[in-house]
Amino acid sequence: MATAVLEARGISKGFPGVLALDDVSFRLDAGQVHALVGENGAGKSTLIKVLTGVYRPDRGTLLLRDEPVTFDNPLAAQRAGISTIYQEVNLVPQMSLAHNLLLGREPCSRLGVIDTTQLYAEAERVMTRYGIRTDVRRPLCSLGMGTQQMVALARAVSIEARVVIMDEPTSALEPREVDTLFGVIADLRSEGISVIYVSHRLDELYRICDRVTVLRDGRVAHDGPLGELARVELVALMLGRDPAEIRRDGATRFTGEHTTTAGEPLVEARSVSRRPVLRDVSVQVRPGEVVGLGGLLGAGRSETAKAIAGALQVDAGTVTVAGQQVRRGSPAAAIRAGVSLVPEDRKAEGIVPTLSVRDNIALAALPQLSRSGVVSDARIDRIVDSFMRRLRIKAASPYQKVSELSGGNQQKVLLARSLATGAKVLLLDEPTRGIDVGAKAEVQALIDELAAEGLGVLLISSDLEELVEGADRVVVLRDGAVAGELSGDQVTEEAIMATIAATGETDG
Amino acid sequence: MAELAAAPRVWGGRARLLAWLQEYGVYASVLALLLFNVVFTPHFLEVANFRTQLIQVAPVVITSLGMALVIGTEGIDLSVGAVMALASAMVVLYLGYGAPVAIVAALIAGAAAGAAGGALVAHVGVQPIVATLALLVGVRGVANVLVPQLTEFRNPTLITLGSRSVLGLPLVVIVAAVLTVLVAFLIKRTIFGRQLVAVGGNRAASRLSGLPVRRVLVTVYVISGLLAAVAGVLATSRLQASDPTSLGLLMELSAITAVVVGGTPLTGGRVRVLGTVMGALLIQLLQATLIKHNLPQSWTQMVQAVIILAAVYAARGRRA
Repeated sequence: MATAVLEARGISKGFPGVLALDDVSFRLDAGQVHALVGENGAGKSTLIKVLTGVYRPDRGTLLLRDEPVTFDNPLAAQRAGISTIYQEVNLVPQMSLAHNLLLGREPCSRLGVIDTTQLYAEAERVMTRYGIRTDVRRPLCSLGMGTQQMVALARAVSIEARVVIMDEPTSALEPREVDTLFGVIADLRSEGISVIYVSHRLDELYRICDRVTVLRDGRVAHDGPLGELARVELVALMLGRDPAEIRRDGATRFTGEHTTTAGEPLVEARSVSRRPVLRDVSVQVRPGEVVGLGGLLGAGRSETAKAIAGALQVDAGTVTVAGQQVRRGSPAAAIRAGVSLVPEDRKAEGIVPTLSVRDNIALAALPQLSRSGVVSDARIDRIVDSFMRRLRIKAASPYQKVSELSGGNQQKVLLARSLATGAKVLLLDEPTRGIDVGAKAEVQALIDELAAEGLGVLLISSDLEELVEGADRVVVLRDGAVAGELSGDQVTEEAIMATIAATGETDG
Repeated sequence: MAELAAAPRVWGGRARLLAWLQEYGVYASVLALLLFNVVFTPHFLEVANFRTQLIQVAPVVITSLGMALVIGTEGIDLSVGAVMALASAMVVLYLGYGAPVAIVAALIAGAAAGAAGGALVAHVGVQPIVATLALLVGVRGVANVLVPQLTEFRNPTLITLGSRSVLGLPLVVIVAAVLTVLVAFLIKRTIFGRQLVAVGGNRAASRLSGLPVRRVLVTVYVISGLLAAVAGVLATSRLQASDPTSLGLLMELSAITAVVVGGTPLTGGRVRVLGTVMGALLIQLLQATLIKHNLPQSWTQMVQAVIILAAVYAARGRRA
């Protein structure tokens, strides 16, 4: 057995209210490309931060070449040969490529002045090795994302890295740039450098990774050679399903069938594109229908919802509501047309923490609740009161600050905000994530109820069970494109996973 | 990594005290200072003294109201002092057409300066502190070019505005009071006011909720410019002269102090109108008290610094 370059044994790490890592062990062998996968909140970032000295584990040990180590800070980990390339390239955009590449290690003349001739020559030599032929004197920000990524990689390797951690390195890359990157990774491997590769693109994982560790809810769900794992099994593991036997008992509050009027679609997105996250995505929702959006993290589910809600600028495609085209890129226009989004990130994009429950609910509907610019307290009270009762929002009073409520109640406040606008279509992005069991059941029952009243619902959920039991139809996305559509009896957890796992057509 | 239900907030005694301080500290301080003066300052209770205090504080109150709105959107407006000077210059420039025309011209200039700042912030994406810093420098420059030296005037209407009283109250003070009520109404009862605090509290959420975020931002800066212009006109009418080099100098700092001391958080999402007025009064009273007790101006500045720090500390403790 090869020696482990880096090993974590029994790592636990908690934050107030959350156990992010629970007895996680991870072993990285020399010259291996090791995939680290898992859905949101599985613990990937926490594990990486433990490995790179950003966090100190509460329990467990780290071993570097079989010697126990503790990293007091990120610099200590870097000195030990562990380099990280983050999603957002963290270099100095205004400085030249060469200066970025050799930052802190510039060749100097005897007087301590940077020898620029030598600097540029050295930078050119390094970049040629990475297949980049460009003027190294150009500022980094004037270069493409792929080149920038490669500079970050070259920089990471050149500081004598033994381990390179790549977090979603291809998310901003063109296919050609991806090929170059993979070429470099192959070179690294042959030099005995190990790579931890975080990504959700199955094609990429199977192309370059030797081994895979799947995290789920802070625990290791699977660890082993990737080649022995079928794609559908990997998908099942990532989505928290036992690949051998998939439970079929209903634990959600969905009753299942909705009487879908086979009428005209309420909302229809046609060939919506936004490079590189969305390609030609088409979805429609009819009155009384719950349409699920399935797929792995980063497949373009949230982006699809945002594009329909006018909150994401698109390159091409149209959104029509009841046959009328909606102005692009304007959430206000979408809301007026009757489409309302409940975003995934409650804190960043949902609640206004300084305002009361009442003000949060009324926020999007203010124009309808006022006369010539002056708000009508009576009308607001009426609508707030009725929604607080209907959604059973637990607050001391309508005037309590929304930030003091529990996650579940905050979510209900956001649902009330959308409903108060008189929306005909609700786009719900992970409506039950991070809320307690009771609130979850209530939200699920509410979705059913709203559909029964004739609303159209687009439901995004990483919880397969919720998707299968809640949706009448499921559109599966993969790498920003529609991979398949399931309806009726086809809507099963197995079918969704199989669709996600199917080999994607090679794109470009 | 399921985020657990928010734990019920258990506030320690210290945190509760800080929260109380942020909420009511400014009222308590004004009251304490008043009591101190009643007991220790001779002639403090005389009507003439009160009048002087209120007349002096009126322009500060008016500009602070605009500042409070801007800070409510997580912005800041450093240009208010310069806009006062611009308004003053416009007044003497157009006084030949009569006082009403001159005043309207001044207000238009103030609104235009505000619109420029607002456009930079909302449409170009310049940080408020940078955008309005540019205006601070530029606008005073324009004012100085328009009226290069101290210019006196004898327009009776304008002089009346600065010195007349109605029912025993100086006109200047009445204007400040009316504007306070208007701004309070704007914040509490209008769509614009509700949208303003939402934009300050969470801009991304406001956008997703279909709020006209940019329009709100531009309007806020226009209002701030307009109010600063009003303050500039009033100050000019009292002086019976226009002096763009010195009028409104450092007013932005007084206004920010009044807003912060009044309990409006710099992080936006909340506007305290009455608190702002009290903040302005507190600083004014403090200055008056120290002067009446023959303490040098430098004392006022040091005490002011302590008060600002206390206000910011109370706000910080609240959030932690």
